[in-house]
Amino acid sequence: MKILVCISHVPDTTSKINFTDNDTNFDTNGVQFVINPYDEFVLTRAMWFKEKQGAAVTVVNVGSASTESTLRKALAIGADNAIRINTEPKDGMSVAKEIAAVAKEGAYDLILAGKESSDYNGQMVPGMIAALLGYNFVNGCVQMDVDGAHVTATREIDGGSESLQTSLPLVVGGQKGIVEESDLRIPNMRGIMMARKKPLSVVESTNSDHATNSVSFEKPAPKGAVKLVDAENIDELINLLHNEAKVI
Amino acid sequence: MSVLIYASSSDGKFKKSSFEVVSYGKKVAEELGTKLIALTINANDVTELQNYGADTIVSVNNEALNEFNAKEYASVIQQVAESKESKVVVIDSSIDGIYVGPLVSVALNAGYASNVVDAPSSTSPFVVKRKAFSNKGFNNTEITTENKVIGLAKNSFGIHENPVTASVENLEVSVSEPGVKSISIDKAIGKVTIADADVVVSAGRGLKGPENWGMVEELADVLGAATACSKPVSDLGWRPHGEHVGQTGKPVATNLYIAIGISGAIQHLAGINASKVKVVINTDPEAPFFKAADYGVVGDAFDVVPQLISKLKDFKAQNS
Repeated sequence: MKILVCISHVPDTTSKINFTDNDTNFDTNGVQFVINPYDEFVLTRAMWFKEKQGAAVTVVNVGSASTESTLRKALAIGADNAIRINTEPKDGMSVAKEIAAVAKEGAYDLILAGKESSDYNGQMVPGMIAALLGYNFVNGCVQMDVDGAHVTATREIDGGSESLQTSLPLVVGGQKGIVEESDLRIPNMRGIMMARKKPLSVVESTNSDHATNSVSFEKPAPKGAVKLVDAENIDELINLLHNEAKVI
Repeated sequence: MSVLIYASSSDGKFKKSSFEVVSYGKKVAEELGTKLIALTINANDVTELQNYGADTIVSVNNEALNEFNAKEYASVIQQVAESKESKVVVIDSSIDGIYVGPLVSVALNAGYASNVVDAPSSTSPFVVKRKAFSNKGFNNTEITTENKVIGLAKNSFGIHENPVTASVENLEVSVSEPGVKSISIDKAIGKVTIADADVVVSAGRGLKGPENWGMVEELADVLGAATACSKPVSDLGWRPHGEHVGQTGKPVATNLYIAIGISGAIQHLAGINASKVKVVINTDPEAPFFKAADYGVVGDAFDVVPQLISKLKDFKAQNS
């Protein structure tokens, strides 16, 4: 089985979010970039397939050379090789088209991606890749098994879960559950040493059309200070929630 | 030309998010000077949608579509959008809406903006505001393609009544063999889900053990709320994973979020800060959650929560 894992290079969750150039660009100053937390789950699942069932695992990212540290981290976790598509990502559609071209070229059986990335939270790239390639697609996947070309999967639904049957080739938007958080792999020293020698190829962009433009950014309105209510005066809390916040 | 919304339903009944999507679609249609078309699939009382401004209701009834299937549903939305020449398609941000949105976008060759929180600030160019950076920012996004798909964030635009008389069209659609088949659905019956709830009561490690969740459930009962928990609580197995809210867990965008014994780690806040009003109950006045909260009570949950339950019961009795 050939697996392609899509890796987003995103600001660490604890990063301060600021904008520059008159609020038209994200300020990367002092920001630590990491593997998208949702992608870590599917990357670990890919490692499981590799070790238990035999699979070749390629990781792919759309980005400039600055994202290579994140791809090396994925190699240190255990991916066999990495591909960087050399262009600044413009929007979900263009990223999906770039990855779809690489996926088609490499004839991957299974394409795994986190269901969303923690920067733009678009939740669109996995589905777009599937639609562009005409592959089966499971989103919000919390469990999956592959037997030959046959796949059983579970996805999260409102208030429960749904069991599904499908087949390869398949695109999966995964989340916590596809592996447990406690089973997530982190790079060890040996992995980091080995990752330096693993192939990281740079392919040129197909200059895919984008369908949206970022015009500007805004920060949420500053929040007022918390109103503290005395623990002995819960009536006041109910009064505030009813008359001021109007939520009960 | 027209604006098309997909009004999702569950067991034939519309979800509240559908009325919000109709309200939003009406606003966009008005700005574009065109009609609003609402698509329903296997819904019972479709005329309900005319209360929120649907000019035409396209009603699809087909047993093969009883279970949601993203590819099939995307194909139905595409068929209607093409026949009605819809330039803008609006879909909700439910788990199924998020699943189907990208497929519709590719099928219609349309630019797609998800998590949109407000009406377009301009329709030429077409600019919408959407959430980004896990609720720590917003991005104003121009959709440059002729066709456009909008994923409307839950509880963002609100439900606005706008009664009209709608014409109802029944439509036959072709359904192909699905590539992904539903085998079974496992769902708690009669429980308020985090996705549908107006109020969520959430608790953390401050509760000391799973045996103490009775009062959390009772408080949720009084408020008609869904129960949720912090990540450590689900990792410890005190509560099921499905209740974990926060980054990597379920997102919450509710009217009222009550956090009991949760310190407010940044990953937790990232998942819940789209909620409108946040109440925090914690013994530690230095808990970071107080900085993100609207109302706070510094106190012991085992003292405060039972008081809150009993006083809320009195309040409900007086106000019902």
